[in-house]
Amino acid sequence: MNIAVIAAQGAVKEHIDAANRALRRLDISGSAFATIKKEEVARSDAIILPGGESTTISKLIHRSSVAEEIKRAAGEGKPVIGTCAGAILLAKHGDEQTEKTQTRLLGLMDITIKRNAFGRQKESFQIPLHIRHIGTFDAVFIRSPAITGTGERVEVLATLDEHVVAARQDNLLALSFHPELTDDTRIHEYFIRMGLEK
Amino acid sequence: MELEKLRFGTELIKRGFAHMQKGGVIMDVTNAEQAQIAEDAGAVAVMALHRVPADIRATGGVARMADPQKITEIIETVTIPVMAKCRIGHILEARALEALGVDMVDESEVLTPADVFFHVDKRQFVTPFVCGARSLGEACRRIWEGAAMIRTKGEAGTGNVVEAVRHMRLITFAIEKVKTMDEGELQQLAMAYTQPYRKLAEAVGNEGIGIGNDEPVFGEYAVDDIAKGLHEVLQEVKKMGRLPVVNFAAGGIATPADAALMMYLGSDGVFVGSGIFKSSDPPHYARAIVEAVENWKDADVVARVSRGLGEAMPGQEIEKLDERLQIRGL
Repeated sequence: MNIAVIAAQGAVKEHIDAANRALRRLDISGSAFATIKKEEVARSDAIILPGGESTTISKLIHRSSVAEEIKRAAGEGKPVIGTCAGAILLAKHGDEQTEKTQTRLLGLMDITIKRNAFGRQKESFQIPLHIRHIGTFDAVFIRSPAITGTGERVEVLATLDEHVVAARQDNLLALSFHPELTDDTRIHEYFIRMGLEK
Repeated sequence: MELEKLRFGTELIKRGFAHMQKGGVIMDVTNAEQAQIAEDAGAVAVMALHRVPADIRATGGVARMADPQKITEIIETVTIPVMAKCRIGHILEARALEALGVDMVDESEVLTPADVFFHVDKRQFVTPFVCGARSLGEACRRIWEGAAMIRTKGEAGTGNVVEAVRHMRLITFAIEKVKTMDEGELQQLAMAYTQPYRKLAEAVGNEGIGIGNDEPVFGEYAVDDIAKGLHEVLQEVKKMGRLPVVNFAAGGIATPADAALMMYLGSDGVFVGSGIFKSSDPPHYARAIVEAVENWKDADVVARVSRGLGEAMPGQEIEKLDERLQIRGL
Protein backbone atom coordinates (compact mmCIF):
# COMPACT_ATOMS: atom_id res chain seq x y z
CA MET A 1 0.00 0.00 0.00
CA ASN A 2 1.39 3.39 -0.99
CA ILE A 3 0.28 6.25 1.21
CA ALA A 4 0.57 9.83 0.00
CA VAL A 5 1.16 12.35 2.76
CA ILE A 6 0.23 15.76 1.40
CA ALA A 7 3.37 17.83 1.95
CA ALA A 8 2.07 21.37 1.71
CA GLN A 9 3.05 22.39 5.24
CA GLY A 10 2.97 21.00 8.78
CA ALA A 11 3.64 17.64 10.44
CA VAL A 12 4.44 15.70 7.25
CA LYS A 13 7.43 13.64 8.37
CA GLU A 14 5.69 12.57 11.59
CA HIS A 15 2.81 11.09 9.56
CA ILE A 16 5.21 9.34 7.19
CA ASP A 17 7.03 7.74 10.12
CA ALA A 18 3.80 6.76 11.89
CA ALA A 19 2.27 5.29 8.71
CA ASN A 20 5.45 3.34 7.92
CA ARG A 21 5.54 1.93 11.45
CA ALA A 22 1.88 0.96 11.14
CA LEU A 23 2.49 -0.78 7.79
CA ARG A 24 5.34 -2.81 9.32
CA ARG A 25 3.25 -3.69 12.35
CA LEU A 26 0.43 -4.94 10.09
CA ASP A 27 2.99 -6.70 7.89
CA ILE A 28 1.69 -4.92 4.80
CA SER A 29 4.18 -4.04 2.08
CA GLY A 30 4.41 -0.48 0.80
CA SER A 31 5.39 2.87 2.23
CA ALA A 32 4.31 6.39 2.96
CA PHE A 33 5.84 9.29 1.08
CA ALA A 34 5.63 13.08 1.02
CA THR A 35 4.15 14.63 -2.08
CA ILE A 36 2.36 17.67 -3.41
CA LYS A 37 2.29 16.36 -6.99
CA LYS A 38 -1.05 15.50 -8.53
CA GLU A 39 0.29 12.47 -10.45
CA GLU A 40 1.88 10.94 -7.35
CA VAL A 41 -1.31 11.39 -5.37
CA ALA A 42 -3.21 9.74 -8.23
CA ARG A 43 -0.95 6.68 -8.03
CA SER A 44 -1.33 6.30 -4.25
CA ASP A 45 -3.69 3.95 -2.42
CA ALA A 46 -4.46 6.20 0.53
CA ILE A 47 -4.02 9.86 1.44
CA ILE A 48 -3.05 11.63 4.66
CA LEU A 49 -3.78 15.34 5.16
CA PRO A 50 -1.51 16.38 8.04
CA GLY A 51 -1.93 19.06 10.65
CA GLY A 52 -0.41 22.49 10.24
CA GLU A 53 -2.11 25.78 9.53
CA SER A 54 -5.32 25.20 7.57
CA THR A 55 -5.20 28.69 6.02
CA THR A 56 -1.74 28.00 4.60
CA ILE A 57 -2.35 24.38 3.55
CA SER A 58 -5.60 25.27 1.81
CA LYS A 59 -3.89 27.95 -0.29
CA LEU A 60 -1.04 25.66 -1.25
CA ILE A 61 -3.13 22.63 -2.25
CA HIS A 62 -5.45 24.75 -4.33
CA ARG A 63 -2.62 26.63 -6.06
CA SER A 64 -1.00 23.35 -7.08
CA SER A 65 -4.29 21.64 -8.12
CA VAL A 66 -3.51 18.68 -5.85
CA ALA A 67 -6.82 19.54 -4.15
CA GLU A 68 -8.77 18.31 -7.19
CA GLU A 69 -6.85 15.05 -7.16
CA ILE A 70 -7.60 14.48 -3.46
CA LYS A 71 -11.31 15.00 -4.17
CA ARG A 72 -11.18 12.59 -7.10
CA ALA A 73 -9.35 9.92 -5.08
CA ALA A 74 -11.81 10.27 -2.19
CA GLY A 75 -14.68 9.88 -4.66
CA GLU A 76 -13.11 6.66 -5.92
CA GLY A 77 -13.21 5.29 -2.38
CA LYS A 78 -9.54 5.64 -1.42
CA PRO A 79 -9.15 6.17 2.31
CA VAL A 80 -8.36 9.76 3.30
CA ILE A 81 -7.50 10.86 6.84
CA GLY A 82 -7.29 14.48 7.97
CA THR A 83 -5.79 15.39 11.34
CA CYS A 84 -6.36 18.82 12.92
CA ALA A 85 -5.89 21.24 9.99
CA GLY A 86 -6.43 18.23 7.69
CA ALA A 87 -9.80 17.57 9.34
CA ILE A 88 -10.79 21.20 8.75
CA LEU A 89 -10.06 20.79 5.04
CA LEU A 90 -12.12 17.58 4.80
CA ALA A 91 -15.22 19.34 6.15
CA LYS A 92 -18.16 20.52 4.08
CA HIS A 93 -19.00 23.37 6.46
CA GLY A 94 -16.64 25.72 8.26
CA ASP A 95 -17.10 28.46 10.84
CA GLU A 96 -16.67 32.23 11.02
CA GLN A 97 -12.85 31.81 10.99
CA THR A 98 -12.78 29.75 7.79
CA GLU A 99 -15.16 32.27 6.24
CA LYS A 100 -13.22 35.31 7.36
CA THR A 101 -9.97 33.86 6.01
CA GLN A 102 -11.75 32.62 2.86
CA THR A 103 -10.29 29.18 3.43
CA ARG A 104 -11.36 26.83 0.65
CA LEU A 105 -12.42 23.52 2.13
CA LEU A 106 -12.40 20.25 0.20
CA GLY A 107 -15.96 19.66 1.39
CA LEU A 108 -15.69 15.87 1.34
CA MET A 109 -17.22 15.01 4.72
CA ASP A 110 -20.67 15.99 5.85
CA ILE A 111 -19.39 17.68 9.01
CA THR A 112 -19.28 21.22 10.38
CA ILE A 113 -15.95 22.21 11.84
CA LYS A 114 -15.04 24.93 14.31
CA ARG A 115 -11.43 26.13 14.29
CA ASN A 116 -9.48 26.62 17.53
CA ALA A 117 -12.52 25.28 19.38
CA PHE A 118 -10.61 24.66 22.61
CA GLY A 119 -8.72 27.96 22.66
CA ARG A 120 -5.21 29.15 22.01
CA GLN A 121 -1.89 27.33 22.48
CA LYS A 122 -1.81 27.73 26.27
CA GLU A 123 -5.17 25.92 26.41
CA SER A 124 -3.81 23.06 24.28
CA PHE A 125 -3.93 19.72 26.11
CA GLN A 126 -3.32 16.01 26.23
CA ILE A 127 -5.95 13.56 27.46
CA PRO A 128 -6.64 9.80 27.39
CA LEU A 129 -9.49 9.69 24.88
CA HIS A 130 -11.86 6.80 24.33
CA ILE A 131 -12.13 6.16 20.59
CA ARG A 132 -14.63 3.72 19.11
CA HIS A 133 -12.98 0.69 17.40
CA ILE A 134 -9.61 1.71 18.83
CA GLY A 135 -9.80 2.06 22.62
CA THR A 136 -8.18 4.59 24.93
CA PHE A 137 -5.64 6.76 23.14
CA ASP A 138 -3.34 9.50 24.48
CA ALA A 139 -4.69 12.32 22.32
CA VAL A 140 -2.71 15.54 21.82
CA PHE A 141 -4.84 18.59 21.00
CA ILE A 142 -2.93 21.62 19.68
CA ARG A 143 -5.09 24.68 18.95
CA SER A 144 -7.45 22.00 17.76
CA PRO A 145 -10.71 22.23 15.87
CA ALA A 146 -13.89 20.41 16.92
CA ILE A 147 -16.66 18.87 14.86
CA THR A 148 -19.83 20.73 15.81
CA GLY A 149 -22.24 19.08 13.38
CA THR A 150 -22.43 15.69 11.67
CA GLY A 151 -24.59 14.47 8.79
CA GLU A 152 -26.50 11.19 8.74
CA ARG A 153 -23.77 9.12 7.15
CA VAL A 154 -21.16 10.19 9.67
CA GLU A 155 -20.16 7.82 12.46
CA VAL A 156 -18.99 9.57 15.63
CA LEU A 157 -15.86 7.84 16.97
CA ALA A 158 -14.97 10.05 19.93
CA THR A 159 -16.36 12.98 21.87
CA LEU A 160 -14.96 15.38 24.44
CA ASP A 161 -17.59 17.23 26.44
CA GLU A 162 -20.17 18.26 23.84
CA HIS A 163 -17.64 18.22 20.99
CA VAL A 164 -17.07 15.47 18.44
CA VAL A 165 -13.31 15.03 18.01
CA ALA A 166 -13.13 11.95 15.76
CA ALA A 167 -15.53 10.93 13.01
CA ARG A 168 -15.74 8.62 10.03
CA GLN A 169 -17.80 8.81 6.87
CA ASP A 170 -17.25 5.72 4.68
CA ASN A 171 -13.61 6.00 3.49
CA LEU A 172 -12.98 9.34 5.19
CA LEU A 173 -11.63 9.92 8.68
CA ALA A 174 -11.40 13.25 10.51
CA LEU A 175 -9.54 13.74 13.82
CA SER A 176 -9.23 16.93 15.87
CA PHE A 177 -6.00 15.75 17.46
CA HIS A 178 -2.52 14.52 16.45
CA PRO A 179 -1.97 10.74 16.47
CA GLU A 180 1.29 11.28 14.54
CA LEU A 181 2.97 12.94 17.54
CA THR A 182 2.87 9.86 19.79
CA ASP A 183 4.42 6.42 19.30
CA ASP A 184 1.02 4.72 19.35
CA THR A 185 0.23 3.62 15.77
CA ARG A 186 -3.26 2.17 16.34
CA ILE A 187 -5.05 4.99 14.50
CA HIS A 188 -2.76 4.69 11.49
CA GLU A 189 -3.32 0.91 11.55
CA TYR A 190 -7.09 1.45 11.63
CA PHE A 191 -6.74 3.86 8.71
CA ILE A 192 -4.66 1.40 6.68
CA ARG A 193 -7.21 -1.36 7.35
CA MET A 194 -9.93 0.96 6.00
CA GLY A 195 -8.13 0.62 2.67
CA LEU A 196 -8.42 -3.17 2.79
CA GLU A 197 -12.11 -3.28 3.68
CA LYS A 198 -13.65 -3.46 0.20
CA MET B 1 -14.16 15.08 30.45
CA GLU B 2 -11.90 13.44 33.00
CA LEU B 3 -10.43 16.66 34.29
CA GLU B 4 -7.82 15.04 36.49
CA LYS B 5 -6.30 13.41 33.40
CA LEU B 6 -6.17 16.62 31.42
CA ARG B 7 -2.60 17.88 30.99
CA PHE B 8 -1.43 21.28 29.73
CA GLY B 9 1.97 22.57 28.63
CA THR B 10 3.70 19.18 28.39
CA GLU B 11 6.88 18.97 26.36
CA LEU B 12 4.94 17.03 23.71
CA ILE B 13 2.33 19.79 23.40
CA LYS B 14 4.96 22.53 23.29
CA ARG B 15 7.23 20.80 20.78
CA GLY B 16 4.14 19.60 18.89
CA PHE B 17 3.04 23.19 18.33
CA ALA B 18 6.36 23.90 16.61
CA HIS B 19 5.92 20.80 14.43
CA MET B 20 2.72 22.31 13.04
CA GLN B 21 4.73 25.32 11.82
CA LYS B 22 7.10 23.26 9.68
CA GLY B 23 7.41 24.13 6.02
CA GLY B 24 5.95 27.51 6.79
CA VAL B 25 6.88 31.17 6.93
CA ILE B 26 6.52 33.20 10.12
CA MET B 27 6.37 36.93 9.48
CA ASP B 28 7.28 39.90 11.69
CA VAL B 29 4.41 42.37 11.98
CA THR B 30 3.98 45.57 13.95
CA ASN B 31 0.21 46.08 13.69
CA ALA B 32 -3.08 44.39 12.83
CA GLU B 33 -3.03 45.57 9.23
CA GLN B 34 0.35 43.94 8.57
CA ALA B 35 -0.81 40.79 10.38
CA GLN B 36 -3.76 40.59 8.00
CA ILE B 37 -1.46 40.90 4.98
CA ALA B 38 0.69 38.08 6.40
CA GLU B 39 -2.28 35.78 7.00
CA ASP B 40 -3.70 36.48 3.53
CA ALA B 41 -0.33 35.61 2.00
CA GLY B 42 -0.27 32.20 3.71
CA ALA B 43 1.98 32.82 6.74
CA VAL B 44 1.74 30.02 9.33
CA ALA B 45 2.09 32.51 12.17
CA VAL B 46 2.96 36.13 12.82
CA MET B 47 5.54 37.58 15.20
CA ALA B 48 4.22 40.71 16.92
CA LEU B 49 6.81 43.32 17.72
CA HIS B 50 7.11 47.04 18.32
CA ARG B 51 9.43 47.69 15.38
CA VAL B 52 10.84 45.40 12.71
CA PRO B 53 14.55 44.63 13.29
CA ALA B 54 15.75 47.04 10.57
CA ASP B 55 14.02 49.88 12.44
CA ILE B 56 15.30 48.68 15.82
CA ARG B 57 18.79 48.82 14.33
CA ALA B 58 18.21 52.30 12.89
CA THR B 59 16.56 53.72 16.02
CA GLY B 60 18.97 52.35 18.63
CA GLY B 61 18.17 52.60 22.35
CA VAL B 62 16.55 49.86 24.39
CA ALA B 63 14.21 47.57 22.46
CA ARG B 64 11.51 45.97 24.62
CA MET B 65 8.45 43.72 24.41
CA ALA B 66 5.71 45.14 22.16
CA ASP B 67 2.78 47.13 23.55
CA PRO B 68 0.16 44.64 24.86
CA GLN B 69 -2.52 46.75 23.16
CA LYS B 70 -0.92 46.08 19.76
CA ILE B 71 -0.44 42.40 20.54
CA THR B 72 -4.09 42.06 21.53
CA GLU B 73 -5.22 43.82 18.36
CA ILE B 74 -3.14 41.41 16.30
CA ILE B 75 -4.51 38.40 18.23
CA GLU B 76 -8.05 39.63 17.57
CA THR B 77 -7.37 40.20 13.87
CA VAL B 78 -5.84 36.94 12.66
CA THR B 79 -6.81 33.29 13.14
CA ILE B 80 -3.25 31.93 12.79
CA PRO B 81 -0.94 31.71 15.83
CA VAL B 82 0.52 34.93 17.19
CA MET B 83 4.05 34.94 18.61
CA ALA B 84 5.78 37.81 20.38
CA LYS B 85 9.30 38.63 21.52
CA CYS B 86 10.55 39.10 25.06
CA ARG B 87 14.02 40.27 26.04
CA ILE B 88 16.59 37.60 26.87
CA GLY B 89 16.21 36.66 30.53
CA HIS B 90 13.17 38.89 31.05
CA ILE B 91 10.99 36.44 32.95
CA LEU B 92 8.28 39.00 33.58
CA GLU B 93 7.92 40.10 29.96
CA ALA B 94 7.60 36.40 29.13
CA ARG B 95 4.90 35.94 31.78
CA ALA B 96 3.04 39.00 30.52
CA LEU B 97 3.10 37.62 26.97
CA GLU B 98 1.79 34.28 28.25
CA ALA B 99 -1.00 36.08 30.11
CA LEU B 100 -1.95 37.92 26.91
CA GLY B 101 -2.49 34.56 25.19
CA VAL B 102 0.49 34.70 22.86
CA ASP B 103 0.92 31.23 21.29
CA MET B 104 4.73 31.18 21.36
CA VAL B 105 7.28 33.46 23.02
CA ASP B 106 10.49 34.33 21.16
CA GLU B 107 13.20 35.02 23.73
CA SER B 108 15.07 37.18 21.28
CA GLU B 109 18.47 38.79 20.86
CA VAL B 110 16.76 41.31 18.56
CA LEU B 111 15.51 43.04 21.72
CA THR B 112 17.94 44.43 24.27
CA PRO B 113 18.90 41.67 26.74
CA ALA B 114 17.54 42.08 30.28
CA ASP B 115 19.94 39.60 31.89
CA VAL B 116 23.60 39.21 30.98
CA PHE B 117 23.90 35.92 32.86
CA PHE B 118 20.84 33.81 32.12
CA HIS B 119 18.01 33.05 29.76
CA VAL B 120 14.49 32.37 31.02
CA ASP B 121 13.95 28.89 32.50
CA LYS B 122 11.36 27.99 29.88
CA ARG B 123 10.27 24.76 31.58
CA GLN B 124 8.31 26.91 34.04
CA PHE B 125 5.90 28.01 31.31
CA VAL B 126 2.85 26.46 29.66
CA THR B 127 3.49 28.56 26.54
CA PRO B 128 6.19 27.21 24.22
CA PHE B 129 9.34 29.24 23.46
CA VAL B 130 11.54 29.69 20.42
CA CYS B 131 15.12 30.86 20.88
CA GLY B 132 17.94 31.91 18.58
CA ALA B 133 21.21 29.98 18.26
CA ARG B 134 24.47 30.45 16.37
CA SER B 135 25.99 27.10 17.26
CA LEU B 136 25.11 23.63 18.49
CA GLY B 137 26.16 24.64 22.02
CA GLU B 138 23.71 27.56 22.10
CA ALA B 139 20.97 25.37 20.62
CA CYS B 140 21.54 22.62 23.23
CA ARG B 141 21.51 25.12 26.09
CA ARG B 142 18.22 26.63 24.94
CA ILE B 143 16.67 23.17 24.45
CA TRP B 144 17.79 22.09 27.91
CA GLU B 145 16.19 25.28 29.30
CA GLY B 146 12.95 24.14 27.65
CA ALA B 147 12.85 25.83 24.22
CA ALA B 148 10.38 23.98 21.98
CA MET B 149 11.87 25.43 18.83
CA ILE B 150 15.22 26.82 17.68
CA ARG B 151 15.98 29.34 14.97
CA THR B 152 19.29 30.58 13.67
CA LYS B 153 20.12 34.04 14.94
CA GLY B 154 21.51 35.23 11.65
CA GLU B 155 21.92 39.00 11.75
CA ALA B 156 18.47 40.52 12.03
CA GLY B 157 17.49 43.69 10.19
CA THR B 158 20.35 43.55 7.67
CA GLY B 159 18.65 41.90 4.70
CA ASN B 160 21.89 39.91 4.46
CA VAL B 161 21.48 36.14 4.62
CA VAL B 162 25.16 35.36 5.18
CA GLU B 163 24.97 35.02 8.98
CA ALA B 164 21.90 32.77 8.89
CA VAL B 165 23.78 30.53 6.44
CA ARG B 166 26.85 30.60 8.71
CA HIS B 167 24.80 29.55 11.75
CA MET B 168 22.95 26.80 9.91
CA ARG B 169 26.23 25.41 8.56
CA LEU B 170 27.89 25.55 12.00
CA ILE B 171 25.00 23.69 13.63
CA THR B 172 24.73 21.08 10.86
CA PHE B 173 28.47 20.39 10.80
CA ALA B 174 28.60 20.05 14.59
CA ILE B 175 25.68 17.59 14.50
CA GLU B 176 27.58 15.46 11.96
CA LYS B 177 30.49 15.29 14.41
CA VAL B 178 28.22 14.49 17.37
CA LYS B 179 26.81 11.52 15.43
CA THR B 180 30.28 9.91 15.52
CA MET B 181 30.98 10.58 19.23
CA ASP B 182 30.96 7.94 21.96
CA GLU B 183 29.40 8.43 25.42
CA GLY B 184 32.62 9.74 26.99
CA GLU B 185 33.04 12.34 24.26
CA LEU B 186 29.40 13.41 24.59
CA GLN B 187 29.83 13.86 28.34
CA GLN B 188 32.95 15.91 27.81
CA LEU B 189 31.19 18.09 25.24
CA ALA B 190 28.19 18.54 27.57
CA MET B 191 30.55 19.77 30.30
CA ALA B 192 32.17 22.22 27.84
CA TYR B 193 28.71 23.48 26.89
CA THR B 194 28.00 24.44 30.55
CA GLN B 195 30.54 27.29 30.35
CA PRO B 196 28.11 30.26 29.93
CA TYR B 197 26.14 29.14 33.02
CA ARG B 198 29.28 29.62 35.12
CA LYS B 199 29.66 33.35 34.42
CA LEU B 200 27.75 34.52 37.49
CA ALA B 201 29.57 32.11 39.79
CA GLU B 202 32.90 33.15 38.23
CA ALA B 203 32.16 36.86 38.74
CA VAL B 204 31.38 36.19 42.40
CA GLY B 205 34.40 33.87 42.59
CA ASN B 206 36.65 36.70 41.45
CA GLU B 207 35.79 38.46 44.70
CA GLY B 208 36.84 35.42 46.68
CA ILE B 209 33.66 33.34 47.08
CA GLY B 210 34.30 29.91 45.60
CA ILE B 211 31.40 27.89 44.14
CA GLY B 212 31.65 24.14 43.53
CA ASN B 213 30.29 22.16 40.60
CA ASP B 214 27.66 20.62 42.90
CA GLU B 215 26.32 23.96 44.13
CA PRO B 216 23.44 25.75 42.36
CA VAL B 217 24.54 28.30 39.75
CA PHE B 218 21.36 28.73 37.65
CA GLY B 219 18.09 28.48 39.64
CA GLU B 220 18.17 25.14 41.41
CA TYR B 221 20.75 23.69 38.98
CA ALA B 222 24.41 23.06 39.72
CA VAL B 223 26.97 22.75 36.91
CA ASP B 224 26.83 18.96 37.31
CA ASP B 225 23.03 18.97 36.82
CA ILE B 226 23.34 21.20 33.76
CA ALA B 227 26.04 18.95 32.29
CA LYS B 228 23.76 15.94 32.83
CA GLY B 229 20.86 17.74 31.13
CA LEU B 230 23.01 18.87 28.20
CA HIS B 231 24.33 15.33 27.87
CA GLU B 232 20.75 14.09 27.48
CA VAL B 233 20.07 16.70 24.80
CA LEU B 234 23.26 15.63 22.97
CA GLN B 235 22.19 11.99 23.19
CA GLU B 236 18.93 12.97 21.50
CA VAL B 237 20.85 14.93 18.84
CA LYS B 238 23.04 11.88 18.18
CA LYS B 239 20.10 9.49 18.01
CA MET B 240 18.01 11.68 15.70
CA GLY B 241 20.88 13.08 13.65
CA ARG B 242 19.35 16.53 14.00
CA LEU B 243 18.16 18.95 16.68
CA PRO B 244 15.40 17.26 18.72
CA VAL B 245 13.15 20.29 18.18
CA VAL B 246 11.98 22.10 15.06
CA ASN B 247 14.73 24.31 13.63
CA PHE B 248 13.88 27.41 11.58
CA ALA B 249 16.09 29.93 9.81
CA ALA B 250 16.00 33.61 10.79
CA GLY B 251 18.02 36.78 10.58
CA GLY B 252 18.61 38.48 7.25
CA ILE B 253 16.29 36.56 4.93
CA ALA B 254 15.15 39.12 2.33
CA THR B 255 14.11 37.33 -0.85
CA PRO B 256 12.27 34.16 -1.97
CA ALA B 257 15.63 32.73 -3.08
CA ASP B 258 17.14 33.45 0.37
CA ALA B 259 14.26 31.56 1.97
CA ALA B 260 14.66 28.65 -0.47
CA LEU B 261 18.41 28.55 0.26
CA MET B 262 17.75 28.16 3.98
CA MET B 263 15.36 25.28 3.26
CA TYR B 264 18.04 23.68 1.06
CA LEU B 265 20.45 23.93 4.02
CA GLY B 266 18.06 21.92 6.19
CA SER B 267 15.82 24.49 7.88
CA ASP B 268 12.34 23.31 8.83
CA GLY B 269 10.89 26.70 7.91
CA VAL B 270 11.70 30.39 7.83
CA PHE B 271 11.18 33.54 9.88
CA VAL B 272 11.12 36.73 7.81
CA GLY B 273 11.62 39.87 9.83
CA SER B 274 12.13 43.13 8.01
CA GLY B 275 12.22 41.40 4.61
CA ILE B 276 8.52 41.73 3.92
CA PHE B 277 7.42 45.08 5.28
CA LYS B 278 10.64 46.85 4.26
CA SER B 279 10.22 45.71 0.65
CA SER B 280 8.46 47.82 -1.96
CA ASP B 281 5.45 45.47 -2.27
CA PRO B 282 4.77 43.59 1.00
CA PRO B 283 1.71 41.49 -0.05
CA HIS B 284 3.49 40.31 -3.19
CA TYR B 285 6.75 39.63 -1.33
CA ALA B 286 4.97 37.76 1.44
CA ARG B 287 3.20 35.45 -0.97
CA ALA B 288 6.34 34.87 -3.04
CA ILE B 289 8.35 33.84 0.03
CA VAL B 290 5.60 31.42 1.13
CA GLU B 291 5.60 29.79 -2.31
CA ALA B 292 9.40 29.65 -2.44
CA VAL B 293 9.57 27.88 0.94
CA GLU B 294 7.02 25.29 -0.05
CA ASN B 295 8.59 24.70 -3.48
CA TRP B 296 12.26 25.23 -2.62
CA LYS B 297 13.23 22.07 -4.49
CA ASP B 298 11.66 23.40 -7.68
CA ALA B 299 13.91 26.08 -9.21
CA ASP B 300 11.22 26.94 -11.78
CA VAL B 301 8.87 28.03 -9.01
CA VAL B 302 11.57 29.99 -7.17
CA ALA B 303 12.43 31.79 -10.43
CA ARG B 304 8.78 32.45 -11.25
CA VAL B 305 7.85 33.91 -7.86
CA SER B 306 11.00 36.06 -7.81
CA ARG B 307 10.10 37.75 -11.09
CA GLY B 308 9.03 41.41 -11.01
CA LEU B 309 8.87 41.57 -7.23
CA GLY B 310 10.10 45.14 -7.01
CA GLU B 311 12.74 46.27 -4.55
CA ALA B 312 13.92 44.00 -1.76
CA MET B 313 14.70 45.61 1.58
CA PRO B 314 18.01 47.54 1.58
CA GLY B 315 20.87 45.25 2.59
CA GLN B 316 23.83 45.88 4.88
CA GLU B 317 27.29 44.38 5.02
CA ILE B 318 27.97 42.62 8.31
CA GLU B 319 31.52 44.07 8.64
CA LYS B 320 30.15 47.61 8.51
CA LEU B 321 27.57 47.20 11.28
CA ASP B 322 27.90 49.21 14.48
CA GLU B 323 26.30 46.44 16.48
CA ARG B 324 25.92 42.71 15.96
CA LEU B 325 22.74 41.47 17.63
CA GLN B 326 23.80 37.83 17.33
CA ILE B 327 26.42 38.04 20.09
CA ARG B 328 23.69 38.68 22.67
CA GLY B 329 22.76 35.73 24.90
CA LEU B 330 25.10 32.77 24.46
